[in-house]
Amino acid sequence: MKGSRSTGARHGLALAGLGVAAVAAILLSTRYGAVGMNLAEVLAAIRGSGDPATVTIVRELRLPRAVLAALVGGALALSGAGFQALLRNPLAEPYVLGVSSGAAVGAVAWIAAGGLAIARFGLPAAALAGALLAIALVLRIGSRVDRGLDVRVLLLAGVVTGSFFTACILLLLSFQQADAFRSAVFWMMGSLAGATWGAVAFMGGVVAVGGAALVSLARPFNALAVGEETAGFLGVPVDRVRRAAYLLASGLAAGSVVVAGGIGFVGLVIPHAVRILWGGEHRFLLPAAFLAGAAFLPLADLLARLVVAPNELPLGVVTSFIGVPFFVGLLRRQARGIEA
Amino acid sequence: MSAAAGARGWRARDARYRYPGGTTDVLAGADIDAGPGEMVAILGPNGAGKSTLLKLLLGVLEPTGGAAEYEGTAAARWRPVERARRIGVLPQHEEPAFPVTVGELVAMGRYPHLGPWRRPAPADRAAVASALERCRVAELAGRPFATLSGGERQRARLARALAQEPEALALDEPTASLDVAHEMEIWEILRDEAARGFAVLLTTHHLNLAARYADRLVLLDRGRVAASGTPGEVLRAEIVSRVYGWPVRVEELAEPHRPGVPQVVPLRPIETHNSLPIEELR
Repeated sequence: MKGSRSTGARHGLALAGLGVAAVAAILLSTRYGAVGMNLAEVLAAIRGSGDPATVTIVRELRLPRAVLAALVGGALALSGAGFQALLRNPLAEPYVLGVSSGAAVGAVAWIAAGGLAIARFGLPAAALAGALLAIALVLRIGSRVDRGLDVRVLLLAGVVTGSFFTACILLLLSFQQADAFRSAVFWMMGSLAGATWGAVAFMGGVVAVGGAALVSLARPFNALAVGEETAGFLGVPVDRVRRAAYLLASGLAAGSVVVAGGIGFVGLVIPHAVRILWGGEHRFLLPAAFLAGAAFLPLADLLARLVVAPNELPLGVVTSFIGVPFFVGLLRRQARGIEA
Repeated sequence: MSAAAGARGWRARDARYRYPGGTTDVLAGADIDAGPGEMVAILGPNGAGKSTLLKLLLGVLEPTGGAAEYEGTAAARWRPVERARRIGVLPQHEEPAFPVTVGELVAMGRYPHLGPWRRPAPADRAAVASALERCRVAELAGRPFATLSGGERQRARLARALAQEPEALALDEPTASLDVAHEMEIWEILRDEAARGFAVLLTTHHLNLAARYADRLVLLDRGRVAASGTPGEVLRAEIVSRVYGWPVRVEELAEPHRPGVPQVVPLRPIETHNSLPIEELR
């Protein structure tokens, strides 16, 4: 079929373009900051040559932060696309089933226990434990009510669990002194300021495993998008796909919350933008959403650092402030396309 | 009853189903056979158990009594992929959650052959192209599914089922809420596919079209088979009137290839008041 071949070429081109955009975003985000440098210096410093101070800034501060931003942005967008496919709901996003609330409970509990300076990995470990607890709890509640893991039950279980954890966070916060309160709230707003190569390695592992596995579910997702009953009649093992999708999308979200806190908007809107621009076939949508998220978040982080330098804006605020107008523009374009 | 059909196609014997925690059987013992080259229509009032019987025969539900088999194996025992290679199904409800083009929708019919990994081969593209052609939706392949009319949508779904290259088709009310032309198109396509050797099993409320197109009818009434056999054997005025709770008259439609096709004419109350009891109207 000629039509499908040209679609394939268009998709290939879009993926290549998004890949280039992601690399460019990482380099741009590495170039700009308190200390000025040009792109040649950045590239030299990445290779380890040039002014030692520049090398340190690039290799130890800016590059891990930019790469982490790309991985987190990609993971959130991919997770969002996965949740949207699983729940058959375009409003789904990575935090909809309570992963971020679970992570926040862990993090806030750790801060509340005064563990701020005890161990370097204490806070992320506590956040990870909270996120995994939330994932397990939601799956448990969802499976108990309905062995087939009805997505409406799963959604309810997630929303209820998230609300419960939010209440726990508020309870914990209400007992905190000003400084612990401030740390907790800033953690929840999300930031990449603490980026290290260790965090990059952790997130890289999460993305490599979870992302690849999620992308392999693309065809079952296509069938699920048409209808759950239909997917079953096409031979898709619907229950197994649902369970795998839930665990993988949640895992990606949990990883990103652990290294960067809660960063809203990316996971909801990047998959939509990709769908509107190039179509929603999941074999394309999933990798494209990852690359688009990986291009978007380093740029958002760059703005977060530059706009009120030397201070930083909360990253989640920036993602929403640039993302929302962009998305409204896309929606209007789509609306015009339908009328035409 | 073609009991000689043996292990080919669908077969149910005294099939029963009761929902977990339910107090009555929604299906209280039904027999049905549908073999290759046959079109069999399941009829009955709303809630008579038509969709439940179809679900048992497709293995979506497991009978709580009796047997529901496909090709001699309990329907619920079929692996989903293996079943999908043999049976194309049109469920009653299907609402895409995200935009999809007609071409993409029909190409999904190849899933049971490709699984999550394999790349489509020329044979897969040929199966899709043939299905698009047979359902006359080839020109619509690039169109978003959501922009199609009801009749075009149903033809596109049917094309997806045919792209599976199955040996049988099962359809749950395939012509509900379609206009005459679109309805006839669907029946004609199904008749053609049955002529190609498909076993075609469907539920429908269209008694008269079922009488014209189907080889055999199974009329359900509150979970039981009220009548089963050729259209002439099943669509008798007293049976239909009793099952549907509405007086009808049955006329004969002379068709060139099929003499004496029964056509059900529901009566207006004004007609029954002025006329003889239902039994004598036959």
